[in-house]
Amino acid sequence: MNIRKIGLRQLLKSFMMKRIHHMITCKEFEDFVQRHLDGELSDKQRSTFEWHLSLCRECREYLAAYKHAIEITNAVLTPVKSPIPDEVPEDLIKAILEARKH
Amino acid sequence: MVTDAQAEQLVRENIGWMLRLAERLLRDPELAKDATQEAFINAFVGLENFEGRSSLKTWLYRITIYASLSKLRQLKRLAEQPIDEYLPEFDRYECRIELPWTHLASTQEIMENESLRARVNIGIDVLPDSYRIVLQLRDIEGYNTSEVAELLDISDANVKVRLHRARSALKKLLEPILRGEVDS
Repeated sequence: MNIRKIGLRQLLKSFMMKRIHHMITCKEFEDFVQRHLDGELSDKQRSTFEWHLSLCRECREYLAAYKHAIEITNAVLTPVKSPIPDEVPEDLIKAILEARKH
Repeated sequence: MVTDAQAEQLVRENIGWMLRLAERLLRDPELAKDATQEAFINAFVGLENFEGRSSLKTWLYRITIYASLSKLRQLKRLAEQPIDEYLPEFDRYECRIELPWTHLASTQEIMENESLRARVNIGIDVLPDSYRIVLQLRDIEGYNTSEVAELLDISDANVKVRLHRARSALKKLLEPILRGEVDS
């Protein structure tokens, strides 16, 4: 698909989004994402959000990747509980107990 | 009055998890050691007035978070920085610019591969601390929006904005990994 065809497609999509009742643009959809994840959208906002999602391939795929990035980040950052106790840093313990005396 | 023996016991019993917590927040082992030392010094000062309204561990947990955030503040790493280059893009018709996704690497696929996990960590490190810390406190350490706002001395609305921007930026930063374009 060449640039001109993509441009035409986007123009048609934008025209459609603005003509359909209660439809929002992708940029407006972006403002809904966080509130959607926090469950803070009103019924009307939620149906607008879902209506846009059902018609827009870009936002659908963006949201799936966005949620997946959260899941992976959380998996990588969440500390793993190890059965082996943490190694005790003796030099730091000594420094802390020393600093307490001053 | 805390005796030397009691102080040593307190340090030995808690230093492991406190150091790990500071390392998670600061992502720098040396800074984490400084923050942990500062946390213990603050704990010794406050211990006389500790009323036991929360458990000792909960109390030390909060003190460690304050000491770590204080380190970031001293280094001026909590000031909001621009991350516009990592945020979603839209064309002049307000349509999202998003290449089609043909592959989405599974969480298991990434977590089982040390090299991919390391690359995710590199992506996370690109995120400015002012955004990463919101994500860390809310999603990993389990604080709610208002508690994060209080810890960082910003509004609830600002916490939500930073969280969304952090997540959007991470989506972009991790995109080559998620699309399977990175050699493992």
